[in-house]
Amino acid sequence: MARAVTPARKAGMTILAWLVALLIFFPILYTIITSFKTEGEAAAGFSLIPSGTIESYIEVFSQRDYFKPFFNSVIISVGSTILALLVAVPAAWAMAFSPTKRTRDVLMWMLSTKMMPAAGVLVPMYLIFLNTGMLDKLHGLVLILTLVNLPIVVWMLYTYFKEIPVDILEAARMDGATLPKELIYVLLPMAVPGIASTLLLNIILAWNEAFWTIRLTAVEAAPLTAFIASFSSPQGQFLAKLSAASTLAIAPILLLGWFSQKQLVRGLTFGAVK
Amino acid sequence: MATKQTRSLARLMMAPSVAALLVWMVVPLALTIWFSFQRYRLTNPAISGFAGLSNFSFFVTDPAFWPSIVNTLILVLGVLLITVVFGILFALLLDQPMWGQGIVRILMISPFFVMPPVAAVIWKHELMNPQWGVFAEIARFFGQAPVNWLGSYPLFSVILIVAWQWLPFATLILLTALQSLSEEQKEAAEMDGANFANRFYYIILPHLARAITVVILIQTIYLLGVYAEIQITTGGGPGFASTNLPFLIYNTGVNGGNIGAGAAGGLIAVVLANIVSIFLMRAVGKNLDA
Repeated sequence: MARAVTPARKAGMTILAWLVALLIFFPILYTIITSFKTEGEAAAGFSLIPSGTIESYIEVFSQRDYFKPFFNSVIISVGSTILALLVAVPAAWAMAFSPTKRTRDVLMWMLSTKMMPAAGVLVPMYLIFLNTGMLDKLHGLVLILTLVNLPIVVWMLYTYFKEIPVDILEAARMDGATLPKELIYVLLPMAVPGIASTLLLNIILAWNEAFWTIRLTAVEAAPLTAFIASFSSPQGQFLAKLSAASTLAIAPILLLGWFSQKQLVRGLTFGAVK
Repeated sequence: MATKQTRSLARLMMAPSVAALLVWMVVPLALTIWFSFQRYRLTNPAISGFAGLSNFSFFVTDPAFWPSIVNTLILVLGVLLITVVFGILFALLLDQPMWGQGIVRILMISPFFVMPPVAAVIWKHELMNPQWGVFAEIARFFGQAPVNWLGSYPLFSVILIVAWQWLPFATLILLTALQSLSEEQKEAAEMDGANFANRFYYIILPHLARAITVVILIQTIYLLGVYAEIQITTGGGPGFASTNLPFLIYNTGVNGGNIGAGAAGGLIAVVLANIVSIFLMRAVGKNLDA
């Protein structure tokens, strides 16, 4: 039974929480508002009411060749996620269903590879990319982001797979299910939600990765992270355009994120907090 | 149940992941060690050969070296402090009964999904710019002179930006942990006459301990490598005021073309991260049930 709450207290908490939430959200909100202003309005000072023009969006699409970095981001994040899943699903499966004494050590070791600072190995990676012609190429970035996120993908899948009750397999076997049938009709339906959440979270992480994607690209393979980074110094009247480009860069992931926020905690904490 | 057959099948299934991560761990690190003892300039192939320890002495005598170490640590600790303290406060707030909790949650978690370059340009150009930024407008509204945030308080500004990105993460995880605290326990404590301070200190905080260590562990991994926010907002300056270790390594090794010194710096970053992680893994390893 819930504790009795006075309406006054609930109203007070509601106001306080909304104030805090709006304060935290304000930079994003203001960016969205500014993206619907003209450059003149954007430069004119603080205002929460835009004229509603979409000229900045048109300009971003036409002049700035927005599509290329956008599709690069899609290819890099989706490609590296699928590649990581292909490698990680069997591994997580094996560790969850036939654990040995060393499973825990293997998992901890995988996690420890995340401790390697990217900057620590930037120099050799840069040279390898330079000498193999992978610099500013999409396949190079797909490969590196697969490796960067692989430990998280294995961990996340492992925590999901571990929750699948093994008894149900025996029940299916008693009922005469063969191994392929067992996989397709019994295990797969239970594994799909976990794999889907892992997929979503990893796409978010790969989309927002901003060290390798900026440092190992120039023009051809540059994703949105590098595209936005090119706005680092002011260029004439540019606030509205910058806001439109930023809004476009974060909108897809913001929606995915809102969608998967329940799974997020568990994925990001390696199952330690559920 | 694990027969010999299933065990070797399990090994086979794990092989690709283990092999990939092994290569990813060993090859770049080995190369970093190798290059750190070589004379190697991107721009001048004539310079080559064994360098002894000269790359290390070059890197650590760089006037930016000690500032970069100190800045790296201040950045990590500053962001951790802000996100953990406010994360706990916000989690407690969000756990209260209210109207529109779902929307409040969504608004609060949003900054976490903003890619670092977008966060950096938004804060730099729209909020912190001393002429047209929102902070400057607020200062003028109160009759104060606008502050040049990135120029006068560069490291603090970067901490603020990075904390904004990670606060939602801390809040969400602490909130999730808080919600698993049983209602009965809270109620019982309330009936026994425990006030909020007592309840917080003796019941809520111990319950959150595990989630807090997890938040610290994961954020530290990412915070040691903060790069894009600095490159975009301050470029490491003014002077070295906001140069951290990853930024210095990039500047020396790739930008400056001194591969040997960059690799030496990289090795220092690896050692630093390992010192931090040994402490953290020990603290958190117990909490992760594998």
